[in-house]
Amino acid sequence: MRILICIKRVPAPGAKIPLSDDGQEIDTTYLGFTTSPHEECAVEEAVRIVEKVGGETTVLTLGPPAAEEQLRYAVSVRANKAAHVVTDTTDWGPERTASALTQAIRSMEAKEGPFDMVFFGNESADSAGYQVGIRVATAMGRPIVNGIKEIEVGEGSVTARRQVDGGFEEYELNLPLMLGIKEGINLPRYPTMKGRLASRKLAVTPFETTAKCGGLSKIELFQPKEQTSNTVVLGHGPEAAAKVVDVLVDLGVM
Amino acid sequence: MSVVLVMVEHDRGALVPGALEALTFGRHLACDLGLSLHGVTIGSSADALAKQLGHYGAEVIHQAHHEILCDYGPQAWGETVAQLARSIEAAVIITTGTDSGNEVIANAAARMDLPMVANCTKLLPRQGLWELVRLRWGGSLLERASLDAPVKILTLAPNRFEATLEPGAGKTESFVPTLDPCLAQTVVRRRVVESKGISLASAPVVVSGGRGVKSAAGFAPLEELADLLGGAVGCSRVATNNGWRPHSDQVGQTGTRIAPQIYIACGISGAIQHWVGAMGAKHILAINTDPEANMVHKADYAIIGDLHEIIPAIVDAVRTAQN
Repeated sequence: MRILICIKRVPAPGAKIPLSDDGQEIDTTYLGFTTSPHEECAVEEAVRIVEKVGGETTVLTLGPPAAEEQLRYAVSVRANKAAHVVTDTTDWGPERTASALTQAIRSMEAKEGPFDMVFFGNESADSAGYQVGIRVATAMGRPIVNGIKEIEVGEGSVTARRQVDGGFEEYELNLPLMLGIKEGINLPRYPTMKGRLASRKLAVTPFETTAKCGGLSKIELFQPKEQTSNTVVLGHGPEAAAKVVDVLVDLGVM
Repeated sequence: MSVVLVMVEHDRGALVPGALEALTFGRHLACDLGLSLHGVTIGSSADALAKQLGHYGAEVIHQAHHEILCDYGPQAWGETVAQLARSIEAAVIITTGTDSGNEVIANAAARMDLPMVANCTKLLPRQGLWELVRLRWGGSLLERASLDAPVKILTLAPNRFEATLEPGAGKTESFVPTLDPCLAQTVVRRRVVESKGISLASAPVVVSGGRGVKSAAGFAPLEELADLLGGAVGCSRVATNNGWRPHSDQVGQTGTRIAPQIYIACGISGAIQHWVGAMGAKHILAINTDPEANMVHKADYAIIGDLHEIIPAIVDAVRTAQN
């Protein structure tokens, strides 16, 4: 089983998302970076499938040179290979991203044969356009379903389930296929020392792209109006319990 | 190019929350632009909705029929919307910004090779180029953007718009798309129903724990309180990542969005990824050792102190009051 996972480097904000003065981007001076959560789980799922049925996993990212950090992290949690479509530091829109990823996947497949499965995150944590995976799958004529929280690999086909209110929807897809994965499908492992060493030695395959900008262009980012709340402090410690009962009665939940 | 087309999202014949709001939004837009409002429902299970949609101003309701459209299927639905939009020369395509709404409309946009905008909160239609505002980071950040496309394709952010009545002609027309049989593999094949008591998304009370709970066993008093109040237990990402709670309990950007009457947040600092899931709560009670925690600032009520002492005291007080 050959599985490709497309991942995205995103900032890891705390209580607020700081912006640059011109509103063009998130001010990351004091922020760390991480792999978008749905995609971190997609990497883990692919690694587990390969551990079970054999094969190879490759991670692919599109992003600035620093996104290599996320590729190396994926290898430290047992992904096998890494490829990088290196961009400038600007935010690429969903159409351009999808078309550049499609070029890279085609070129990898031309060399080493088709991927049985390609995983994407359901949506990225930061820009959340909900479309890159679908555009790639459409361009390559492959089936894709989003929101997947359970995968069972059979002979030549895969059963994929997504959670809906009150249960699951089940799909049966033939290989080769693509899926949009959601966090919660598994609990990703932590890197081991051996994994970290392997990730340092990793040679990342670079890709260039001719993909052009799409029709949606960012003008600026801005903060929503702050919801201010005049917090009523009911008290300190267990003595405040009686006041909680009053609040619960007032709100009609008791 | 004279039609605003709204894909009316439904789940096996039942309208999803936001569907009538999207239709109403489409009606206002059509009115501003001097276009006519059409709706489309996909699959015969939704045929009975036509009359109701007419009351919200749809002049024409296209009812898409095909044997592949027997249940939800994002690629088949997207192809259907794309074919219909071409045949009626739609200028705008709109639907609800749910996971499924975004999925179907992204498939339609990909098949038409056009841009798509997810989760819009505001639109400023101009000649040619449109300006709009959309959600990023689950709504913690907003983006002002321009959209340059011959057909504008977008979804509407949840809980931002209202549905209002205005009679339309509500004429029904059957539309039969040409669908490749291979699209059938991304149609729901089977449904599994799981009933597990009160769902987090609809619970009137949610008692949630984060880093401050410290262990899986630490959630026992939170469960007790939730039980007493007929509510559900939630958690932050820290609790899930430490294996204290299943992911299905996680409140947040990548978990469940909740909307209870009261959210009791215990030992949760309130990082934005969590806040995005919790901000739908009508009231918030934060219990935290840190009076400067973000969750305390955003809460209506707060108790400062150790949740391991406070929650059992609340459980006792509630039990006494109930008896």
